[in-house]
Amino acid sequence: MPDLSYALNLAASELTLAIGALVLLLLGAFIGEKSARLISILSVALLVAAAAVAATGPLGQAFNGAYVADPLAIYAKVAIYIASAFAVVLGGGWMQRMNIARFEFPILIVLAAVGMGMMVSSGDLISLYVGVELHSLALYILAAYHRDDLKASEAGLKYFVLGALSSGLLLYGASLIYGFAGSMRFEDIAAYAAANPGPGLIFGLVFLICGLAFKVSAAPFHMWTPDVYEGAPTPVVALFATAPKMAAMVLFARALSEGFLGAHDQWAQVLILIALASFVVGAWGGLAQKDVQRLLAYSSIVNIGYAVLGIAAGTEQGLQAMVMFMTLYMIDTMGFFAILLSLSRNGRPIRKIADLAGLKNDRPLTALAITILSLSVLGMPPFAGFWGKYYVFGAAASAGYWMVAAAGLVASVVAAFYYLRIIKLMWFDAAPEGTAPTDKAPVEAQWIGWACAAFSFPLVLVGLTWLEPLTRIAATGFGAG
Amino acid sequence: MEVTLQHYLAVAAMLFTIGVFGIFVNRKNVIIILMSVELILLAVNINFVAFSAYLNDVSGQIMAMFVLTVAAAEAAVGLAILVTFFRNRGDIAVDDASVMKG
Repeated sequence: MPDLSYALNLAASELTLAIGALVLLLLGAFIGEKSARLISILSVALLVAAAAVAATGPLGQAFNGAYVADPLAIYAKVAIYIASAFAVVLGGGWMQRMNIARFEFPILIVLAAVGMGMMVSSGDLISLYVGVELHSLALYILAAYHRDDLKASEAGLKYFVLGALSSGLLLYGASLIYGFAGSMRFEDIAAYAAANPGPGLIFGLVFLICGLAFKVSAAPFHMWTPDVYEGAPTPVVALFATAPKMAAMVLFARALSEGFLGAHDQWAQVLILIALASFVVGAWGGLAQKDVQRLLAYSSIVNIGYAVLGIAAGTEQGLQAMVMFMTLYMIDTMGFFAILLSLSRNGRPIRKIADLAGLKNDRPLTALAITILSLSVLGMPPFAGFWGKYYVFGAAASAGYWMVAAAGLVASVVAAFYYLRIIKLMWFDAAPEGTAPTDKAPVEAQWIGWACAAFSFPLVLVGLTWLEPLTRIAATGFGAG
Repeated sequence: MEVTLQHYLAVAAMLFTIGVFGIFVNRKNVIIILMSVELILLAVNINFVAFSAYLNDVSGQIMAMFVLTVAAAEAAVGLAILVTFFRNRGDIAVDDASVMKG
């Protein structure tokens, strides 16, 4: 009988968050609606504390292999909790300005963070499913959080329906895998899959991949992404585009590389198809967009394609590339959404791409930050996004997927058009006659945006020197626990 | 005739397919989508329990319990979102969820 206190110690970061969320919920219920600000601050403190607990915690397996704390899980958890904390900060200010401050918002983000922590630590199909659902249920509510807004509730409804369908697909796949492999644990499944990857198991695996592809919004399972990005509140989208993507990608890598390494030939084909479809849909679909957040949705589809390509390589190098890419991408995206939150005219947020015209006269520093972030997402050296792609293409090429890496390059050239258009609008076009100046920017959104932009360009060169060994440890210690 | 594992799997596969079609083909009512989601989850549960009995392994039944619990929570969240949508829109037809093109 393994020691329970050891197991609980291993899962200390999730326990901190789960218990903390319940305490905050009680606190909010007692103090009432006025507590929104206090609960926001406490939630940020809780998330940072959980990240510290995760970073300093022990490695190992607990609960009969259902919970794995390996370097990859810990790396991903720290990234996820910090991104969630940023989303709480952005959301707190946004709610205040929209006069819809309620204390449930930060608590829902904390609960989603618990689920994401479970996802990256899952060692069997049960904890995989529970983690996915725990984070999805919180995110459905967050998408529809602005409940008086028609677009937000429509976004929530669409996200819920397609999310529930994807959970169903994932679960059906899990049931087939369980039936054919005879076990829920990834280790046992891996042993079975290496020995006899029969059609039943592969059928289940394809369903599982479809379900997970929905969660990371990879094409052809991307249809919810543009609508949800357009309709949901901006700080919520800032969360959607960062932490859950990281969690689902790590879960993707864990389920495939740990549970099905023996069947790599089979699932690599599926992943490459998904990556290629994401390149096409994301790069070409974004060309005609007029709404900034919708554009960023297509941008995220392309970028998820690159991360999927990293997993498809099926090597340690590929895993490291995926983790590195997702980390740099998360910082870029967080910066983008923070800056969007800091821009408004006459009290209305700037949402049309055309409204960015002539921003350089009004807000030169913000225009510069958007320029840096755009160049970074499009993969211009030496910005952050370039290094992420450099790792992914390197891993794909050395695994023998030359052609797919080339397709990825073509996609980033096409996608460059829409980023460069933003830059051209801001610096070279004049604002139309009679355009009001932008409002005073909220402090927290502006600083987070500028900080992310500063990371994307000069700081990343220093940042890489410690991200490189960290991601390497995360990728090599994978599954060892 | 003896009821074997294959029969259970066939029933589950049929229910699953009906559920998926219910989501995509139905153009009338969002409540029907919620029912289809429920149908999918129950099909999966049949799979889990049948495999669990066949393999003499209890973890499938534990999973079925988790699925039931999550399905209840999911229905609660789904109906709550549906209520906010109805308040804003005054209708819950699927075709009305089209303010944003997609």
